[in-house]
Amino acid sequence: MRYSFLSLLRNGLSGQSGWKPAWRDASPKPSYDVIIVGGGGHGLATAYYLASQHGIRNVAVIEKGYIGSGNAGRNTTIIRSNYLLPGNEPFYEFSMKLWEGLEQELNYNAMVSQRGILNLYHSDAQRDAYARRGNAMRLNGADSELLDTEGVRAMYPFLDFANARFPIRGGLLQRRAGTARHDAVVWGYARGADRLGVDIIQNCEVTGLIREGDVVTGVQTTCGEIRAGKVGLAVAGSSSKLAAMAGMRLPIESHVLQAFVSEGLKPLIDGVITFGAGHFYISQSDKGGLVFGGDIDGYNSYAQRGNLPVVEDVCEGGMALMPRIGRLRLLRMWGGIMDMSMDGSPIIDHAPLPGLYLNAGWCYGGFKATPASGWCFAHLLAKDEPHATGTAFRLDRFRTGHLIDEKGVGAQPNLH
Amino acid sequence: MSRLSSGGLIDRARPLSFRFDGKGYQGYEGDTLASALLANDVRLVGRSFKYHRPRGIFSAGPEEPNALVELREGARREPNTRATLVELFDGLAASSQNRWPSLALDALSVNGLLSPFLGAGFYYKTFMWPAHFWEKLYEPVIRRAAGLGRAAPEEDPDHYEKANAFCDVLVIGAGPAGLMAALAAGRAGARVILAEEDFRVGGRLNAEPGEIDGAPAGEFVAATLAELCSLDNVRIMTRTTVFGVYDGGAYGAVERVSDHLATPAPFQPRQVLWRIQATRAVLCAGATERPIVFGGNDRPGVMLAGAAATYVHRYAALPGKRLAVFANNDAAWRDALAMKAAGANVEAIIDIRPDIAAPLAREAERQGVRTILGGQVVATHSGLLPGATLSGLTVAANGRTERLAADTLAVSGGWSPNVHLTCHHGGKPTWRADIAAFVPGSTPPGLTVAGAAKGSFALADILREGAEEGATAAADLGLATTILALPPVADERYAITPFWHVAGSKGPAFVDQQNDVTAKDIGIAHKEGFRSVEHLKRYTTLGMATDQGRTSNVTGLAIMAELTGAGIGETGTTIFRPPYTPVALGAFAGHHRGQDFRPTRLTPTHDWAASLGAVFIETGPWLRAQYFPRDGETDWLETVNREVKAVRASVGLIDVSTFGKIDLQGPDAGAFLDRVYINTFSTLAIGKARYGVMLREDGMVMDDGTTARLGESHYVMTTTTANAGKVFQHLEFCLQVLWPELDVTLTSVSEQWAQIALAGPRSREVLARIVDAGTDVSNDGLPFMGAIAGAVMGGVPARLFRLSFSGELGFEIAVPARHGEALAKALMAAGETFGITPYGIEALGVLRIEKGHVSGNELTGQTTAADLGLGRMASTKKDHIGRVMAARPGIADPERPSLVGFRPVDRTQRLRAGAHFLTPGKAAEVGNDEGYMTSVAYSPHLGHWIGLGLLKDGPERIGYRVRAYDPVRGNDFEVEVCAPGFIDPKGERLRG
Amino acid sequence: MRIPCPYCGARDAHEFAYLGDATVTRPDPSAADAPAAFHDYVYLRDNPAGVHQELWYHANGCRRWVTVTRDTRTHAISSAVFTRSGS
Repeated sequence: MRYSFLSLLRNGLSGQSGWKPAWRDASPKPSYDVIIVGGGGHGLATAYYLASQHGIRNVAVIEKGYIGSGNAGRNTTIIRSNYLLPGNEPFYEFSMKLWEGLEQELNYNAMVSQRGILNLYHSDAQRDAYARRGNAMRLNGADSELLDTEGVRAMYPFLDFANARFPIRGGLLQRRAGTARHDAVVWGYARGADRLGVDIIQNCEVTGLIREGDVVTGVQTTCGEIRAGKVGLAVAGSSSKLAAMAGMRLPIESHVLQAFVSEGLKPLIDGVITFGAGHFYISQSDKGGLVFGGDIDGYNSYAQRGNLPVVEDVCEGGMALMPRIGRLRLLRMWGGIMDMSMDGSPIIDHAPLPGLYLNAGWCYGGFKATPASGWCFAHLLAKDEPHATGTAFRLDRFRTGHLIDEKGVGAQPNLH
Repeated sequence: MSRLSSGGLIDRARPLSFRFDGKGYQGYEGDTLASALLANDVRLVGRSFKYHRPRGIFSAGPEEPNALVELREGARREPNTRATLVELFDGLAASSQNRWPSLALDALSVNGLLSPFLGAGFYYKTFMWPAHFWEKLYEPVIRRAAGLGRAAPEEDPDHYEKANAFCDVLVIGAGPAGLMAALAAGRAGARVILAEEDFRVGGRLNAEPGEIDGAPAGEFVAATLAELCSLDNVRIMTRTTVFGVYDGGAYGAVERVSDHLATPAPFQPRQVLWRIQATRAVLCAGATERPIVFGGNDRPGVMLAGAAATYVHRYAALPGKRLAVFANNDAAWRDALAMKAAGANVEAIIDIRPDIAAPLAREAERQGVRTILGGQVVATHSGLLPGATLSGLTVAANGRTERLAADTLAVSGGWSPNVHLTCHHGGKPTWRADIAAFVPGSTPPGLTVAGAAKGSFALADILREGAEEGATAAADLGLATTILALPPVADERYAITPFWHVAGSKGPAFVDQQNDVTAKDIGIAHKEGFRSVEHLKRYTTLGMATDQGRTSNVTGLAIMAELTGAGIGETGTTIFRPPYTPVALGAFAGHHRGQDFRPTRLTPTHDWAASLGAVFIETGPWLRAQYFPRDGETDWLETVNREVKAVRASVGLIDVSTFGKIDLQGPDAGAFLDRVYINTFSTLAIGKARYGVMLREDGMVMDDGTTARLGESHYVMTTTTANAGKVFQHLEFCLQVLWPELDVTLTSVSEQWAQIALAGPRSREVLARIVDAGTDVSNDGLPFMGAIAGAVMGGVPARLFRLSFSGELGFEIAVPARHGEALAKALMAAGETFGITPYGIEALGVLRIEKGHVSGNELTGQTTAADLGLGRMASTKKDHIGRVMAARPGIADPERPSLVGFRPVDRTQRLRAGAHFLTPGKAAEVGNDEGYMTSVAYSPHLGHWIGLGLLKDGPERIGYRVRAYDPVRGNDFEVEVCAPGFIDPKGERLRG
Repeated sequence: MRIPCPYCGARDAHEFAYLGDATVTRPDPSAADAPAAFHDYVYLRDNPAGVHQELWYHANGCRRWVTVTRDTRTHAISSAVFTRSGS
């Protein structure tokens, strides 16, 4: 069913009786050309692009819970391409371009909203670092503007300019950045993939890999064995667990990142703002809630929940940046499990075992990457070679030293 | 007025004036805003989120979905405040929200007419054409319509605090179970904290007229409270909500210290965030009533039965003049009959059950309350004016429908235990069919549950469980406990028949009233495959409003379970996470805002610098002197140029105490340093210092600095300001974890020593004037890179280093921190004849860039020693941290951008750090990116801007030109590549 | 989360700095396979969902490195000992 004004009108008049499932709740077939493990945004996007770009439609996406139950459904919904390093920026800018056409392609309103992201700086050194980044973005065809204090004040006059411990000296603005409705991205890709014949299998957990010699030929699941020509893992947060089934150790630790939303308010903040003197970033959803977050808790965790010190740290950043939010209330907080990689950048690559492919290590930045990650992973699965924008995301870069360390903190995942 | 003439827990001797939507009313101390509004017959209080439907007061507690107001005005405005929780105070001002132009005449109520087209998820299916209309048209309209209240227009003027508390037993909730639990644990001698969200302890006992031990329940509450207050080991915290269970027995709580006052008293915080560390906890959070869903169930006048009873008994406020009750359980009958007995005009009880227990039926008959068994409310009615409230119901029973007049309908679909905190560690509630409710599953370690929170709804059970769990908690701590005598109470049957939704009722039937989610929306979600509870929640927004679905979650998923045919237990609930109720962001932040956001570290010479008019700048946690402007200087650059020239021409001084200083002692100190630095320190002569570079284990540069050898087994290391803590941690790691066999002791002495750098050709002469006899600072006594212990200023012990960051003859003098200011003054006095000039970190930066030294802008953690031109320092005779990994091809790649200097071809042009380098003639695209400018400065010595930067094949390109591309600042011009050292490249000055 | 520091007693985790897996050991830098061994040491982790031995540094306390045994699914800590044994 195509969504349109007309379909809404027709169903409105018929008492909403004509809607069909957005995707089929499929049962697994004995075998597929490709199995994607993980029904998050990346996995579903991969399946969608395998079908739409490469004509590979005999594909299953296997999800242990409900689709979007992992980090796709528990992030702060920011999309941006304001990266620094040449290994990253072309990829994220490609992702941004895919976002810009996504809703029309999927016939699903994912509320992709380019209301801008402003990274504040508070010192000359930070300004120079943002200038370096902004220029790198321009070299990659992305947009960037360097604002001074007055430029920031014109956009957000209610920030603490008068009494700040770390005065706001300006910001790096990417106007094309913004937010998207995270669940809708999952549902839109699921619906699109389903319409092209992809099987979406929920409540089916992978318990092992089927191997013939070294070659991976399928997966064991709680729904039985399923064979596949190729198996792609897109299970950020749990990548190490799946990799262990293949006897692999990854350059990844799992960490919890908390995120927060306030009660709904009339419009206060138009775009996304990141604080440069603490761990705090914020935007406001279309429903009116302030959506904000900060640093990861900083210790290995699979618990999907964090602790108070980080909650306090985040709110301290919020009050330092915009002291008028003190009387607003925090409504919900939640935790997601991040694949924190050893250089802070992702991996889209062959696994050492033939037939197994890896999409992992997204740290806390996977949501914005969803379209390009799916595109590049589908390309790798279909053609057995990396897509042009994802060539740096190799697993062996840790061996060769071609690291992509945006923050420059080295092999310390909790600092990325 | 609908205030009863007597009764209630209000103080009629203390009348309070308040305003709602500009109109004045009166209530009493002990009222909430909601009870006072009802007592004043104000029944329309808000508008719903999506359809802007008129809404009234629905509950009497934190579960309130509808009666949300903007409380207070101006900078203290609090949006979305539940009127049911607001303690009335004199002068209170509140206004309704999400309406225009007025509450009664809300223009956007037109959305209600469009509701057939605005079902669940409609926005995912439209607003896509044309694409750019989203940001420009659709979204702004949606954003303006969405949201409820408005944030305050100014900075929050109130203060918040954070505090820690420790106890043996934390009792959460001071209703009958909590009182008993606290008493049992308290009598056993446990340190108890009893936390209660309400401003009054007693819980449901305050809302019911029942008896305990033959006396009104209030007497039991008062007596128990009195005993608890008499126990030194029990702390009672009212107005305190425990909102989260964290790891290791940590609980988060917020105390509303002064929210019940018009403004906090001077120095009084508005709220306190409590971090409570409890060995054991007993959750006695009670239960929340849920409605039955039927068409028109959201009209003002429809409210929960228990809430209606609360208003009658606790607040002596009648929720209406003609009441009807619609229920599926006996508890609601008791509420109805008690309200009637208290003077409320309860005209009818409609129950979906065909049979009712005889005693209840008899009592209803005795009181003259009509009962309609096997009945359902199928429609509600109101007047035609906008914002009209309930005027009647249509009831279907036994095949007939009839219309009843009523301005208040008290609804009860049963009670849901407040299991929330039990889920904060991932525990999943389990379904109990006999009470049609989810009860706690596994609980967080150390937390047990008692009373209604556990699904026990009879008072006798509640009291018993509270006493038992309190005693058990104390016993777990090894305390001797005695069994509390349980006061006798009347038998109560709950007797619920699960019933969720009146099928076929007329009009929209709201499940989630605040988010306007209807039973039909759940049907849409079901049809479209959003059937798991999480998909249901996310697709329809069920339970995502400020009330967190307290009255809607279970009903919503029960309706979904009916549609799927799965059981409710199998369907499961969504996950409850902190906070239990919404908590002000200001409370989490405490005093960490404004200038107090983070501590400010001041250098030992801060006051001295301030007295000279220094301009200070934040560098990490420090405030450092940026420059020292003099009268007549018109901009910072003029000042900095003067300071730089003074150093090069004569002498200047700067406080460098912010560097990290680490004392290393022990026989293996030299060997240890050899392993952490790329170069060798074990061979360093006593009395000498050496510049060192240390790597991370991945081969990248971690930090640099000088380390001096003061004795055979005694070194002192300096680190950069930024990395002081990180390096110390790293060294302790190396020592304790990697090489525990090494005998070295590390002590951070950053705080203990003030250190001042003295630089310039006259620096030795100045220094010589303040050293004590016997401290030799001549070129022989203290040669270049020398380090000696001595004394200055008449007996002040000092460490003297002959170091230079500026390229000039230079010294660093360290004295105990308390002498730092005296040292600065002594040097100033000694140097007066040379025109000694204090300089700030801007001049320091210029001096080091002129000299070609790397600093924080180059030590990015992304650079190797070779990148920085320091690769040849690495000793090949030993291992060191990072050596093996630095040999990887990507790290050792000779093509990596490496350090060179730059000057503009057109010398008048200003360089900018952050500009990228391109080969002239090549397109500005990423494939041609060859590095970037790391640091720039105006060199007064050369009379033009200079820079340092990392350039691909940099050293081979000296003498060539590259393009400095800086589009974010509109610059794009050519620069010359040169060696990174613009001054005295042979180093003659510093050895002079 | 509270860490039972063997020197200071139970203290909130935010007093500590976290490093990570305590089971990896620095390889012999002079061994022939040092590059491969260092790659594994610096980068590869078991990252278990379950019991994890990990290094915490009591930065705002006694400045000792502590090896903590903690379950990454529940955050429950079963032991904490000085990393440098015998001291």
